[in-house]
Amino acid sequence: MTTALEVASAVRDPELPVLTLADLGVLREVSEEDGRVVVTITPTYSGCPAIDEMGADLRRSLVGAGYAEVEVRLSLSPAWTTDWISEEGREKLAQAGIAPPSRIGPTVAGPIPLNLVPPSRQVACPQCGSLNTSEISRFGSTACKALRRCHACAEPFEHVKEI
Amino acid sequence: MSFDNAYESLLGHEDAHWAFGTGFSEALSGVDREFPAGVDKDALASYCLMLGDDALIFSQRLSEWCSRAPELEEDIALANIALDLLGQARMLLTRAGEVLGRDEDALAYLRDEREFRNVHLAEIDCGPGPGGDFATTIARLLVFSSWRLALFSRLRGSADPVLAAIAEKGVKELAYHRDHAAQWTVRLGDGTDESHRRMQAGLERVWPFVDELFATHSVEAALQGVAVDPASLRSEVDGVLEAVLSAAGLTRPKDTRAARVAGMAGRDGVHTEVMGYLLAEMQHLHRSLPGAVW
Repeated sequence: MTTALEVASAVRDPELPVLTLADLGVLREVSEEDGRVVVTITPTYSGCPAIDEMGADLRRSLVGAGYAEVEVRLSLSPAWTTDWISEEGREKLAQAGIAPPSRIGPTVAGPIPLNLVPPSRQVACPQCGSLNTSEISRFGSTACKALRRCHACAEPFEHVKEI
Repeated sequence: MSFDNAYESLLGHEDAHWAFGTGFSEALSGVDREFPAGVDKDALASYCLMLGDDALIFSQRLSEWCSRAPELEEDIALANIALDLLGQARMLLTRAGEVLGRDEDALAYLRDEREFRNVHLAEIDCGPGPGGDFATTIARLLVFSSWRLALFSRLRGSADPVLAAIAEKGVKELAYHRDHAAQWTVRLGDGTDESHRRMQAGLERVWPFVDELFATHSVEAALQGVAVDPASLRSEVDGVLEAVLSAAGLTRPKDTRAARVAGMAGRDGVHTEVMGYLLAEMQHLHRSLPGAVW
């Protein structure tokens, strides 16, 4: 029998199915307490509609693997950050045509700086690799992605925006 | 397994299913929800309703723009911002509901107008219907998100661990909302004569509702260390708005205050005329078909 951690780590994200929940950094902890498997996950965004799917998928996979009692817990703090997306996850995203986020480091305390122009991040086009890309819209098909375009190959692409 | 594109598995993979439409579990499912020692639980519930209703009602207003915005990207942007706020509302109403003995759905769909605690800024009609304008909605988003970001930024230090955690997540989202509104304000204010005129008119429309955001309510006063005193946010928010308006070449409207009813406002459950219409649309389905699910 595979361990509960192995089973939970293989469950895919419902909206970015190239990634597992572990790649995405959403899977925080898997432990066994009194014969029960306790899985802790954290939402990407407050309104992420996929969070219930994630819980249901984890439960289904673990029960399918022979763990009769499964509890899924939600953790809000520390808040999810794109820095938790694994190296492997970043490669998978790029291969799927989605530009991975850059690393942003820990959040600072105190007032949040205002950006009057979109921050000039160097985001490589996942199709041709050019750095000559610009943001079309900060908000894309899911809460976690922005829309960009490449000026070299003229392809639009999605970018997991830093949070 | 490899995929040609990120969406292929939604169709073919054996676990394939769309992410929406399977029903929602409770918004704080499995979160440790101990109340801090000595906290006034009734006041905490009222405070969660205030912050939750601000987000819920403004989310409803933003959703009205879906398919009506000036460009497709903006439809998506406003809907995404509405979704973030709805998520914040769900967690806050759930927290309030623990004390009040009601779940988030009962609080959202089965309360009457006088029980809502949102500020008037969240409910006023800024379009897309008659009399509204995209620029007015951007003006409201700028004011609302600048204020809420400053508030949540401090709420991260709340003595209530659940409020602190909700705020920690919300800060990241609100920073994106504020930047989005600020960038549009500059684009419109510093654009054509027409866009400048409409952006300035939008600011004039929402400005009478700014003052209410910074009025300390007795609930906030009763929750020292748990709630944020909104009066303490004024200079920070003024500074942000000043920076945006000056970059946009816009003039800060004169400080006027919308009329109140016997000195009461949104936080006391007294709302403007449009609130009834908003709630009728938001609550209609649930009240007509109690317990309806997708």
